[in-house]
Amino acid sequence: MKFGKKEREALLDPLFNNNPIALQVLGICSALAVTTRMDTALVMCGAVIGVMACSSLVVSLLRNNIPPSIRIIVQLSIIASFVILTDQILKAYLFEISKSLSVFVGLIITNCIVMGRCEAYAMQNGPFMSVVDAVGNALGYSLILVGTAFFRELIGSGSLFGYTILRPVTEEGWYYPNGMMVLSPGAFFLIGLFIWAIRAWKPEQVEEEN
Amino acid sequence: MKQFSTTYIFIFAAALCLACSTMISVTAVSLRERQETNQVLDRKKSVLLATRIIEANESVTAQRVEELFSDIHSVVIDLETGEVDEDYNADEYDFATTPKISAPSNQAQIQQIPLKAQVFQVLDGDEIEMLVLPIYGQGLWSTMYGFLALDSDTRTVRGITYYEHGETPGLGGEVDNPRWKNRWPGRKVFDEDWEPHIQVIKGQAGPPDEDPHRVDGLSGATITARGVSHMINFWLDEHGFGPYLENFREEQGSV
Repeated sequence: MKFGKKEREALLDPLFNNNPIALQVLGICSALAVTTRMDTALVMCGAVIGVMACSSLVVSLLRNNIPPSIRIIVQLSIIASFVILTDQILKAYLFEISKSLSVFVGLIITNCIVMGRCEAYAMQNGPFMSVVDAVGNALGYSLILVGTAFFRELIGSGSLFGYTILRPVTEEGWYYPNGMMVLSPGAFFLIGLFIWAIRAWKPEQVEEEN
Repeated sequence: MKQFSTTYIFIFAAALCLACSTMISVTAVSLRERQETNQVLDRKKSVLLATRIIEANESVTAQRVEELFSDIHSVVIDLETGEVDEDYNADEYDFATTPKISAPSNQAQIQQIPLKAQVFQVLDGDEIEMLVLPIYGQGLWSTMYGFLALDSDTRTVRGITYYEHGETPGLGGEVDNPRWKNRWPGRKVFDEDWEPHIQVIKGQAGPPDEDPHRVDGLSGATITARGVSHMINFWLDEHGFGPYLENFREEQGSV
C-alpha cells in the first residue's frame, strides 16, 4: 500500500484546511462537554479516532453490498456497535476516566463527524483511503478538542492534566481561576477564537457575504 | 445505482444485526468480570478515601486496597430499627437491587430510601474506630452519592467523600475536591442533644474546635452546598442512620 500525495492530503487536510469542527462546524456538542480537563479530552480523542477508523473501514468494505434504501441505518448500526465496544473497553481498562467521560462516550454515536465521513467518503472509496480519511478527520476533531481543553483547564482550573500550573488563591496562590472557562460557554468562546484564527490564517475559508 | 431485491435487503439487515450483536455480546461477556472488579474496587477506594486512610492523589494498587480493607468490616443494618442484620451477607449487598420504600418528605429531596443499608466499620484491633455511612441526596443537577466517616463517638467527622455526582465541574463539582474535603475532619454533626446539626455555609467557617457545626461553602455552588447539608442531616436523623447510631452508642457505652 502506497502512501502518496493523495493519502497525505486525505490525512492532513482535515487538520486545518477542512477541519470538521472549525470549518464544517460538526461535533460541537462533545467538544463542549469533555474539554474541561486534558486527560478526558485526550481519551475522548482516542475513542473517536478508534470508532471512526473502524466504522469507516467496515462501511467501506461493505459499500458495494449495502442496499441504498437502508444505508443510513446500516451505518448507524455499525457505528453504534463500535461505540458500545469502546465504552466497554474503557470501563474495563480505564475506569476512572470512563467515569468522568460518563455518557459522552456513548454519545460519540451522535457525533456528526463519524456518520458524515461514513456517508460522504467511505461509501464511495476503498477501505485504505477511507481509514486514512477517517483518521484525518478524527485528528482534526482531536486538534480542536485538545486545544480547547488546554486553555479551559489552564485558565479555568490553573492546572494541566490535573497538575497545578497556576496556583489558585484557594491554595494560597495568586491565580484567580476563571469560572466561566469550566462552563460550556467558555468552550464556545474558545472554539470561536480558534475558527477566527484559522480563517485569519487561511482567508479562503471565509464564507462570502451576500 | 445497483438495485437490490427486498429479500436481499431483509437478509442483509438481519445478517448485520446478528454480526453486530455477536460482537458486542462477546466483548461485554468477556470484559464483565474486569468491569465488576473495577466497580467494587472503586467503591472500596471511596470508603478508604472517606476515612482518609488513603489520600486523594495517592495511587493505590488493587492489592493495597484489599489489604487495607481487611481492617474494615461491613455490616448490613435495618434502617428503621437500627439493628444489624446478622443473616445478611454484607458482601452481597447491592444498593441498586435492595428493596426500597418512598422516603418521608425531606429537604434533601431524597425520593426513596432502602430498607436495609450497608455500613462499614473500620476496626483498630477489636475496637471499632470509625463508622462509614453511605449518603446520597440531591445537589443542583444530580443525585450525589458519597460516604461520611464518623469517629466511634458518632459525633466527630473523620472524613467525607463523593464518588458519583453530576454537578458543574469547577463549581458544585468541587464537592470531590480534596481541599474542600479536608475542611471536614473534626467537625461535629450532632449537637449536645444528639440532634443532627451541620451546615455548609456561604463563605468560610472557623477552625473545627471553635466552629464545629459549620463547614466552608463552595463558591458559586450555593445549591450544591445546601444539598450536602440537607443530605447529611437527613441521613443522621431518625429516617436515616439515627436509630443505628443510637444503638451503637449504647453498645459502646456498655463495653
